[in-house]
Amino acid sequence: MQHLLSVENISVAFDGGTGESVPVDDVSFHVDAGETLCIVGESGCGKSVTVLSVMGLLGKGGHVTAGRALFEGRDLLAMTDAELDNVRGNRLTMIFQDALSSLNPVLTIGSQVTESILAHMPVSRAEAEIRAEKLLTRVGLPDAQRVMRKYPHTLSGGMRQRVMIALALCCSPRLLIADEPTTALDVTIQAQIMRLLKELQQEYHMALVLITHDMGLVAEMADRVLVMYAGQVVEEADVHTLFRSPAHPYTRALLQSVPSIHDTQDRRLASIRGTVPELYQSIEGCRFFNRCEMARPECAQQPQTLEPAPGGSSARCWVVTQVPEMILEAAPHAE
Amino acid sequence: MQNDTPQPPLEPDGAQTLLSVRGLIKQYPIRRGWFPRTVATVHAVDGVDFDLHRGETLGLVGESGCGKTTVGRQIVGLETPTAGEILYHGQPLPERLRGGERGDRTRLQMVFQDTFASLNPRKRIGDILGDPLLYHRLATRKTVWPEVHRLLDLVGLPANAAQRYPHEFSGGQRQRVGLARALSLKPDLIVCDEPVSALDVSIQAQILNLIRDLQHELQLTYLFIGHGLAAVHYVSDRIAVMYLGKIVEIAPSSDLFFAPQHPYTQALCDAAPVPDPEERKRDRIVLSGEIPSNLQPPAGCRFHTRCPYATELCKTVEPALIAHVPEDPGHMTACHHAQRWITKKGALQA
Amino acid sequence: MMRYLLKRILIAIPVLIGITLLDYLIMSLAGSPLSMMQGPRVSQAAVEARAVELGLQQPFLVQYFTWLSQLLHGNWGYSIKTYRPVWEMITQNLPPTLLLMGVSMVLAFVIAIPVGIYSATHQYSKGDYTAVTLSFLGTSIPSFFLSLILVYVFTVRLGWLPSGGMSTLGTGGGFWDVLLHMIQPTIVLTASLAGSNIRYVRSSVLEILEKDYLRTATAKGIGRRRVIRRHAVRNALLPIITVIGMEIPMLIGGAVVVEQVFSWPGLGLLTMTSIMNRDYPVIMGVSLLAAVIVLLGNLLTDILYAVVDPTIQLK
Repeated sequence: MQHLLSVENISVAFDGGTGESVPVDDVSFHVDAGETLCIVGESGCGKSVTVLSVMGLLGKGGHVTAGRALFEGRDLLAMTDAELDNVRGNRLTMIFQDALSSLNPVLTIGSQVTESILAHMPVSRAEAEIRAEKLLTRVGLPDAQRVMRKYPHTLSGGMRQRVMIALALCCSPRLLIADEPTTALDVTIQAQIMRLLKELQQEYHMALVLITHDMGLVAEMADRVLVMYAGQVVEEADVHTLFRSPAHPYTRALLQSVPSIHDTQDRRLASIRGTVPELYQSIEGCRFFNRCEMARPECAQQPQTLEPAPGGSSARCWVVTQVPEMILEAAPHAE
Repeated sequence: MQNDTPQPPLEPDGAQTLLSVRGLIKQYPIRRGWFPRTVATVHAVDGVDFDLHRGETLGLVGESGCGKTTVGRQIVGLETPTAGEILYHGQPLPERLRGGERGDRTRLQMVFQDTFASLNPRKRIGDILGDPLLYHRLATRKTVWPEVHRLLDLVGLPANAAQRYPHEFSGGQRQRVGLARALSLKPDLIVCDEPVSALDVSIQAQILNLIRDLQHELQLTYLFIGHGLAAVHYVSDRIAVMYLGKIVEIAPSSDLFFAPQHPYTQALCDAAPVPDPEERKRDRIVLSGEIPSNLQPPAGCRFHTRCPYATELCKTVEPALIAHVPEDPGHMTACHHAQRWITKKGALQA
Repeated sequence: MMRYLLKRILIAIPVLIGITLLDYLIMSLAGSPLSMMQGPRVSQAAVEARAVELGLQQPFLVQYFTWLSQLLHGNWGYSIKTYRPVWEMITQNLPPTLLLMGVSMVLAFVIAIPVGIYSATHQYSKGDYTAVTLSFLGTSIPSFFLSLILVYVFTVRLGWLPSGGMSTLGTGGGFWDVLLHMIQPTIVLTASLAGSNIRYVRSSVLEILEKDYLRTATAKGIGRRRVIRRHAVRNALLPIITVIGMEIPMLIGGAVVVEQVFSWPGLGLLTMTSIMNRDYPVIMGVSLLAAVIVLLGNLLTDILYAVVDPTIQLK
């Protein structure tokens, strides 16, 4: 059975090395029809860059140096711009974090939605407008007709994000990529948007790739989870396994540093010492080495690969995958 | 992972009320026209009362427009209240923030959300921390550097940080500087305005732990403002939930989330994603509609437009913030129907 | 909108008074027209009599208010040198300047917009470097220098184009004649205007290309051409409106040097000669006109902006 999206060994680099841009190293994952994959990691780990590269949306100076991204069997990275434009906005769509800056401020909502429809479907303008209105209603915008004539800056944050979802849905995509869609929204609005996404997923039988740094959101939405750190995938698991028995030390540390409203007063959040190394592309061995509680001298010497770990996930850590019994001992600290 | 022995929670000294807020109101008029005519008013804070006891942390949560940041800013003196009073040790605070009054005002300090914007990018860390000390005569030119180093050490930064500029640090480190700055004038009370919202998850944990540890070490009192329920819960002894300028519920933090009495609190709890996939199927309230604008707050109970249980009474009469269970005076709610929820233990049900 | 307009017009009045007052002050500090009349054969008494006649012995403020009150009656005054009504002189010299500057500005934008867009969308390409270099040249070469080079090449050497004036002496003018005379001054003006406009357009488009909504537009799969045309260019041209507004005052005053070199009978020429003659009424007339045009230009820019950009509301 072919995966809907199969990303194979993608690496991304940026010329000139501008501060914000994060190289991505040998990332692979897949998404099947109808399922939800969450890519989770902290800022700078490369999760956004990975999906932007798949969509062909890398900005200045970024290019994919290796790998393939097979969507419905065809390699997106090998397509011409025209071929890619056939797929983008149509069967493969994306929504972004800041809906205000992601919508053109001088065009009405209606014109931006109909533009999408007209680009991919052989309908008349009038028909496109009718469809646009229906879409806006479907995503929960009251009085869709009036909204069509409004400009993005006159809507609230939650409403703008619904517009983005409508844009992404206009041609019944097979896969929607959502890059931190609710990070900027209030928590009750976030709950509304997430519920909407789940409903739409069911209705359109759509796969969802959700990028987030919120472990709570991962627990709510994901079928499977990809954990990224310093440009690499460090763990891949189904969501229950990930929370029940996380394998990679980073994942474990991350889960232990997340507070919850169900915590008792004596819980102490675990914090990860140190910071992400700056030029991690040049690190030979494990990139988490300088912050890992279980680090051993060998960890810094060999590049780590993603291997199956006990419990059912895959982890990029030889200690966990090869010698799991060592985890139970207190490991000597190594810098 | 720095998982040392858990610190026992600090018992708030009930007899010592450090700060009292009564009837705090802050309105911003919107003026239009030739001769400035007030066409509308933003009701940012519309009647807030609470006490802060020495040594405790009061969390203030709520979504956009609820006024929590404005409350914090008024306490610290960055905004002047339109009405109401703020009493510190029982005395009203001097109105003016600058110029002359160097007494009580310096005891109330603030830590800000945006670590980039709240540190002067052209000043070295050492100056950022040292200048207020010199200005307030808390140190002389001779004693200021040791004091700066002491502050840096307190927040876990190396001494050489004093020579560097804010942009050379990460967000978490800058927030440590923010804390050090707040601590430099030896305050009694620190208002933390969303100090961790802009930070990564693992760094949030570091800073939250630091905030808690400093409280024990220095006997601080905090007003912790945030919109992340879990983070606020972690540091707070009591939590007040705000909606559209008013407090709708206030209770000890464990009670608040275990047995909320207000539908909005319940909705917030339900909306906050829980990092446990087994919790997915739970019943929950998802509020409909948008947060109303605070230009025209709804009549009666402000929450009635989104409340799944609103009745006619709710639309016309504003509920008072009172303790509905006499044995539990610390848990107050502003809801006409709070009694209904209390009889059912735990989660609200329709 | 009407209230906004009314407010702007009301504010403009004290501004205009302030500007003209300052102009009068500077003008009278620069020198008196009497100094132009003096010479070995003019007696002191005659000069003084003339001074009284022109009211020049009165205090500066009195002189100013006299001028102002006359102005409010619609009387722009009479030239001290030619005795002709100032209004007539202005209206006679205005059209040639408008023609020259108008054509130059339009041409400058017609060139700058496509070149700027190309330059920005093909950044660091050979075309981009060429365009930027040319635009630097355009803005840096002094206009009189370029004028002289052109005259040398096209008039002296090749004999194709006339060296000055608006029409051939003796003839009535005619469309082609004026056109021929216009070519060289227009080239000079356009070169400099286009040079700076290319830079404005280029940097505006470059800024827009970084915007998130372009990424969204690309993600919608509507095609790169449409992304550039509909999303990038439209937004990039908004700041150009400000540039147009800034350049409107140039319509009347920007060609002073070029008009001198090519003897183009425009407002610039009039301004220069009246300043050299200390011809007070004419100077004030031109100053007032310039002030009004600038204020109108600003107002037009603001209104245009509000019309084209929905995120802006006039207050």
